[in-house]
Amino acid sequence: MAGVYVAGVGFTKIAEHWDRDLEHLMVEAANKAMEDAGVSSVNAIYVGCALSEPLQDQMNLGALMAECAGLVGAPALRMEAAEASGAAALYAGFCDVASGRSEAVLVVGGEKLSDGLSDEVSSGMMMMSGRSWYEGFMGADFYALNALLYRLYSKRYGEEGIPFFPVISHEHAEGVPHAQYPFKISLDRVLESPFIADPLRMLEVSGIGDGAAAVILVNEDLARRLSSPKARIYISSATDYVNPFDREDPLRLQSVLLAVNKVLEQAGVSRSEINMIELHDATSILAALCLESGGFSPPGEAGKLAMKGEFGLNGRLPCNTFGGLKARGHPFGATALYQVAEIYLQLAERAGKNQLDNPRVGLTLSLSGVGAAAFASLLKKE
Amino acid sequence: MRVPGYWRNMPFLYRLAGWKCVHCGAFHNYKPVVCKRCRSREFAQIELPASGRLIAYTTVRSPPKEFAQVAPYAIGLIELDDGTRIISQLTDFREDELRDGARVEAVFRRIRVNGDQGIIEYGYKFRPALRRS
Repeated sequence: MAGVYVAGVGFTKIAEHWDRDLEHLMVEAANKAMEDAGVSSVNAIYVGCALSEPLQDQMNLGALMAECAGLVGAPALRMEAAEASGAAALYAGFCDVASGRSEAVLVVGGEKLSDGLSDEVSSGMMMMSGRSWYEGFMGADFYALNALLYRLYSKRYGEEGIPFFPVISHEHAEGVPHAQYPFKISLDRVLESPFIADPLRMLEVSGIGDGAAAVILVNEDLARRLSSPKARIYISSATDYVNPFDREDPLRLQSVLLAVNKVLEQAGVSRSEINMIELHDATSILAALCLESGGFSPPGEAGKLAMKGEFGLNGRLPCNTFGGLKARGHPFGATALYQVAEIYLQLAERAGKNQLDNPRVGLTLSLSGVGAAAFASLLKKE
Repeated sequence: MRVPGYWRNMPFLYRLAGWKCVHCGAFHNYKPVVCKRCRSREFAQIELPASGRLIAYTTVRSPPKEFAQVAPYAIGLIELDDGTRIISQLTDFREDELRDGARVEAVFRRIRVNGDQGIIEYGYKFRPALRRS
């Protein structure tokens, strides 16, 4: 397989952008990424977005993006994999370049959740986490499924340290210009926040925001000619039964394990060589399950390791170095591309006050629903 | 969910009927084309037992818009007497009855009024089982 490189990234601040349309947020991110990479055209556009139908009454985002970005003529496809839609677009863009078909592609993801009321967003999330006629019919939404997993987890291992994951993400987001919630919160504040679905607390789940992020992927030839910093990228994905309770062990996300194993094999990298991870901390319990299922923490230990500081900026394995889904923000179709952009910034030594010491390899994990699909991408400094 | 989709899934939603793979035993709460575990195409229709025990529960306080009228409501993960695990709304529970291992039984209840036409949709919920002597 031919090499694929990230040559530039761009993103908007995550916020409630009342005055801007979804496609305009995506154009801002796309323009920034193209300028960052130093390219003026691309062979194809891949768009990630999850909920433009229910929230913007809009489909055909590929052609719409091509027009708004001034790239009419380029083939443009929209990819959907629920909350991991940005990762799905990245996967498609990667395959396009790796196959030799395209020299450069624009991968852009966006989501504008503030166009909906919070119960409409919950309703959209329910479409993403289960079947409409089963979990959806029963009102077992994303938070309810997470809460049930959390209970099973606490029964088996105890909940120690799980509520600490939001504390880590917020600590890393402090002062980050693009983060939606750029401030610290204490563990007590998390523990005192009301239940959204017991035992899951309000401050253990990501918020609702708008944002867009973009990545330029190029082949080896073009990578050599461009002057921007490059990172070699690999991506893998796997699926699991949609309902976590149909799986042999609901507390082991097999999709995460498979995706991680495949991407490590592709890149020829071992777990111990990974310097940082962007986790899918849509909820605190999912952050822990990602680490444990991916083989980065023994089962039942992730919360305890979090409390010991292992996932902090100075820890053994820094996670969510710009705040993760919880504090940077989680605009679904854009989220995975923020993750990739943030790993890229770390590798390019452009991470500002959050810069890690000479990182070489970073991993991102992006989930749809409660791990129905998992995408793992790995970036390596060139 | 639209009316035809609701109608198609009535066997499960009304009476916990589903299909068991003849080869590997996997239960499907929809009519499968191929088995989700072993890809076999042979199934036997079965009815799940209507009783079991509660193994995890939660209360939804920030509901999706379809459930705004009934919130807060409880959701349970139930292990039926044959070992099958299903998700259900819980009803007729007092707060102190919501506990691990509580015996539960299925009842037929109104789930929600859906869509602009106000279609009333019914299905199963689970309630506490009466104490056995």
